[in-house]
Amino acid sequence: MPRKRITIRPTVEYLSILNETGDLDEALDPGLDADRCLYLYRLMVLTRRLDERCINLQRQGRIGTYGPSRGEEAAHCASAIVLEPQDWLVPAFRQPGALIHRGWPEEHAMLFWGGFEEGCRTPDGVNDLPLNVPIASQVPHAMGIAWGMKLRHDPHGVIVYLGDGATSEGDFHEAMNFAGVYHLPLVVFVQNNHWAISLPLSAQTASETIAQKALAYGFSGIQVDGNDALAVYVATREAFERARSGGGPTLIEAVTYRMSVHTTADDPTKYRSDDEVQAWEKRDPIARFERYLRGRKLLNDELVREIEDDVQERVRAAVERYEGYRDRIDPLDCFKYMYADLPAELVAQREEFRQAIEREAR
Amino acid sequence: MAQLNMVKALNLALREALAEDDRVVLLGQDIGQDEGVFRVTESLLKEFGPKRVIDTPLAEGAIVGGGIGLALYGLRPVCEMQFSGFAHQAYHQIENHMSRFRNRTRGRFTLPMVIRMPYGGGIRAVEHHSESREAVYAHTPGLYMVIPSTPRNARALLLESIRHPDPVIFFEPKAVYRAFREDLPDEPETMPLGKAQVVCEGSDLTLISYGAMMRPTLEAADDLASEDGSSVEVLDLLTVSPIDTEAITASIRKTGRAVVVHEGPRRCGIGAEVMARIMETSLEYLEAPVRRITGYDVQFPYFAREQLFLPGPQRIVHAAREVLAY
Ligand SMILES: Cc1ncc(C[n+]2csc(CCOP(=O)(O)OP(=O)(O)O)c2C)c(N)n1
Ligand SMILES: [Mg+2]
Repeated sequence: MPRKRITIRPTVEYLSILNETGDLDEALDPGLDADRCLYLYRLMVLTRRLDERCINLQRQGRIGTYGPSRGEEAAHCASAIVLEPQDWLVPAFRQPGALIHRGWPEEHAMLFWGGFEEGCRTPDGVNDLPLNVPIASQVPHAMGIAWGMKLRHDPHGVIVYLGDGATSEGDFHEAMNFAGVYHLPLVVFVQNNHWAISLPLSAQTASETIAQKALAYGFSGIQVDGNDALAVYVATREAFERARSGGGPTLIEAVTYRMSVHTTADDPTKYRSDDEVQAWEKRDPIARFERYLRGRKLLNDELVREIEDDVQERVRAAVERYEGYRDRIDPLDCFKYMYADLPAELVAQREEFRQAIEREAR
Repeated sequence: MAQLNMVKALNLALREALAEDDRVVLLGQDIGQDEGVFRVTESLLKEFGPKRVIDTPLAEGAIVGGGIGLALYGLRPVCEMQFSGFAHQAYHQIENHMSRFRNRTRGRFTLPMVIRMPYGGGIRAVEHHSESREAVYAHTPGLYMVIPSTPRNARALLLESIRHPDPVIFFEPKAVYRAFREDLPDEPETMPLGKAQVVCEGSDLTLISYGAMMRPTLEAADDLASEDGSSVEVLDLLTVSPIDTEAITASIRKTGRAVVVHEGPRRCGIGAEVMARIMETSLEYLEAPVRRITGYDVQFPYFAREQLFLPGPQRIVHAAREVLAY
């Protein structure tokens, strides 16, 4: 019985199109048209301004603990815009721009982090699942949706977002395995922001890349510069082309950085250095894309100002709609969506609750 | 004597356990460098080093499953689930292995390990961070299910749980973490598992609760005494599995009336179990049907609706008055 070698494909591709200083690899430029470029830019700026606003709202006690997405805009926005409406999108909780692109109201994140279930109400006609807090538990759901597509010969695909930390959970690996076995139209998009609360990537996995984890499950993985909107766009487009044409799943590792706190309840000075954060500041995805757009003469100071004004107005309107919510909630709603038909014992509990609220309001 | 809140008291118990027994190791997410998201493990990494206080990757199943392995090898792991809502990822290890090793190996292997987890509502936390699922663990044979209510009993029960020969699920009422301080003796102190405590004595009615709900329950007892002149006995279960039937029985036989309070769902909850014990042992002593004030059998609402949802003193007082007037 010999001892022999089994050859595997030990490589993953790395893709970067627009580098830190805004220099472009022209051969790789996807040549997005002006409208699409400006749409993406506006979406990223909107995401950033909403994020800043949510941090303020948290500080003022108008929402609860909030998980910012600062620095991760290119990763989740430039990937989401690849989808067609019939494709499905399954988020974790750091993809607000992706959901807004898909048709969620701008205030959905305020509602969610503000303590209102309504933040999870997927708008009618939108094929997205709501924000997902238990880490990696959404990956099997996305796999299942892709499985349904495969069983029903539906020529679309599913993208699921997760963090670097999530790749340690069993749910991730189990879903990856099924996706490989059934050759599903699934795009597993890992927003590798280098941190899982206080745990650095180096302590999360001994793998050199996250992308290579796909190889073990029999499909391809690619690592992209996650702060390069063009690279993210191209990698996601390729993955969806593969998915829609029966080529199976893809894992995309978008290398980015959590520029802000894990959540507003977190104190990163306990575990990471300012130097590291500052180094990433220079790789800001929005500033980089802006430089590219200015280079293509698609953007100038005047248009930037116009976009900022428009975005500020949308943020203001979103906060106003959010604030209007508070007065409209009915505490008895916690019974409303429990079952198709509320069992008698719950009807009785709801009445008990109603009476208690009435008594206690006196 | 030191005046400590519950976070500091738990931290003290962990420090005492690490110091007294070099087999004790702490495992969990963000417990080392970050000192725990609630700072329960503050300074322990510095004091005991990374072989005793271990930051793990993000996988509850491996923390508990690996903890089982460490215990089988002879260590005494204390696992932290960052929130009880994420212990479900480890539940198959808890049910299928942690609770069973002693029995299925006919006593050859035992698991002296603890899983700590913050539980409960009231701190404006995001979805999945507010549940109270103690009944799930109480329903799992082979486990102890412990829930302290004050800094002092938290320290004593945690130290005892770590010394205990069998697996303990240790729920920490995060609404109480920083709510108040209590005097703690300087010397390590323990309390026996499986024993309830009469927190205040009375003769008209027994209020039975545990964990975070002890505060509204005690407030209700005060209100009933000052407003109605009722003499209320308050029983803190402290361990909800195994349950202290003797203490429940003794109190009911004295007062003949009871209200059980918990924030977890009502159906098949700890209240149901307490009421069953009362029926079994003391039916003929009862002057009125026993009442439950609990969370309803729905998902715990997001925090905009949680304050109304959580049982408070008024709801307890109302039920108590009905029981007293019966
Ligand atoms: C199953 C589970 N365990 C623990 C947590 C607590 N928690 C919330 S976010 C987080 C870190 C997530 O890291 P990563 O997957 O890298 O995502 P990121 O926060 O960086 O976007 C942890 C441990 C959780 N939400 N779910
Ligand atoms: Mg991360």
